[in-house]
Formats: sequence, C-alpha cells, structure tokens
Amino acid sequence: MNSFWIATIGTSVIAFALKYAGHNVPERIFAHPKVQSINALIPIALLSALVAVQTFTEKSQLMIDHRLAGVSAAVIALILKAPFPVVVLSAAITSAAIYNWF
Amino acid sequence: MSRIESTTFRDSLSVSITVGAYGTAFGAAAVANGFSLVQTCLLSLLTFSGASQFAVVGVLGAGGGAISGIATASLLGIRNGVYGVIMAPRLKVKGFKRIVAAQITIDESTAVALGQEVRGESAMRQGFWLTGFGVFLFWNLFTVAGALGAQAMGDIRAWGLDSAVPAAFLGLVWPRLKTKRDRILAVACIVFALVMTPILPAGLPIIATAFIAVAVGLRK
Repeated sequence: MNSFWIATIGTSVIAFALKYAGHNVPERIFAHPKVQSINALIPIALLSALVAVQTFTEKSQLMIDHRLAGVSAAVIALILKAPFPVVVLSAAITSAAIYNWF
Repeated sequence: MSRIESTTFRDSLSVSITVGAYGTAFGAAAVANGFSLVQTCLLSLLTFSGASQFAVVGVLGAGGGAISGIATASLLGIRNGVYGVIMAPRLKVKGFKRIVAAQITIDESTAVALGQEVRGESAMRQGFWLTGFGVFLFWNLFTVAGALGAQAMGDIRAWGLDSAVPAAFLGLVWPRLKTKRDRILAVACIVFALVMTPILPAGLPIIATAFIAVAVGLRK
C-alpha cells in the first residue's frame, strides 16, 4: 500500500472519529474560552502555512514562479470580496497565462 | 420533521450548491497532486471536510509523507468534533442517525443550523440535515467532475491548477482573519513555514504551526 492510500484511508478514519467523538462528548467540556480560542486559531495557522508552502516551495526548496502571480490574483479577488469560485479561477487563469507565455 | 421553513430551505440549498461547487477545485487538486480518481472520490465521500481534504492533498503533493498528511488533515478536522459537541444536544439522535449526523457535521451544516437559531430548534435541525446532505451530494458530484477534468488536462501547470490549490487555501483562511491577532498569527505561520521548509522534512513545517496557534491561544 503506497503513501497515497495510507493518507486517504488514515485521513478518512480520523476525520470520522473526530466528528463522531464530538457528538458523544458533553458540551461543558468545550466551555473553556481558551479551548474555543485555540480551536479557532488552529485552522488559521495550518491554512496560512499551506498557502505559503504551496505558493513558494518546490520539493523543499524556496521558489518564486508563476504561482505567485496566480495567488496574487486570488488576493485581489478576495479584497474585492469575490466569491470562492472566482477567487480560485482568477488564480488559475493568471497563473496559466504566465506559465504559457514565458 | 415538521414543515420545512422556506427561509431555512433557501439557506440550505444556496450553501449546498455554492460550497458543493468547490468540490471541482478539490477533485482537480487531488488528481494534480498525484491522487488517483478512486482515492480522490473516497476522500470526498469518507473524509468529507474540505479543508482536511485539501490539506492531505497539499502535503503529499509537496512531497510530505502519509503521516504528515494525515496529521495536518486531522488537526484541521478537530473543529468538526467541536461542531459535533455543539450540535448533538440540538439534534438529539442516537444509533445509526447519530453516525450519519456525525459524517455530515462540517462548517456549513453547523453554520446554517446556528443561523436558524431565531426560527427555533426545529428549524436548526432542518438546516443542519438539509445543508449536510445537500453539500454531501454536490461536493461529491463536483469532485468527480474536477478529477475527470484534471485527468484530461495533462500538464496541470499549463491550466493554472498548481496555483488554484494555494488560492483555495487562501479562500478558506481569508474569512477567518477577523482580528489583528488572527492576521499576525497568519503572517507568522507563513514566515515560519517558509523558513523551515528547507530545514525540516516536507509536511512538518505545516503541522508545526499548530503549536504556534496553541501558544497564541493560551496567551489570552
């Protein structure tokens, strides 16, 4: 079994376990404000790191290429309050244009 | 389930279709990062949580191992557990229904349910089930479409798919950046991940930022 299968199955099993566990835990455990705060901050940290790694790295090396143009277009779309599909599409179109022309 | 409130139905349907459509981006991203069509579809059916799915695909695509991918996806999946804690007392279901409820406990079903609070607990339950099933249906259909599309493309860079993935992450994190602290954390994690990328094995620079989040959360 290769790492893609392990990742697919492992992620799926744990994802469901977390969801199901939540439905079986008394609500008061989650009442502490610091727990709520950490719960809101973890996605911000991981998603920001993923943006950075997917934009600026290639095989553990830092790299600036057409992807920066694509993600910059996404930033502009987000500032203009564009809906999610427009954000993703503007990144793809910009990036593809740069990649194909240079 | 009593009569379905028309506002609740409208909320649920619009969220289901728009969010479900993002499934196209996921399907394409998964294939672009080396996942097979079957693996891609299984992730959408079984994991069924956008951020976690994008994360595992992103980590393996960046050369990270299965454990790094699973860990990052699972850290992002914790919040679904928290939604379960919030929804369980309102749904009041047991056995098989609880298993189904758990599977469709995601950002959107919880958000729509909580958005119905003024219309009463029955509207909240309707919002949860309608949105959960709706997103599940559309998310999986669009995943297949995106995966097949990406397979047909060949060189994914020529189609901009390698930028669509980070753009999708950006679109997921953007609405969460509400306070100054949120934005500082985001920038700190970007810098940390980039500085650590040449030093640590692939995947670890991403997971490690969760500890920064915990440290910031504990500070107040």
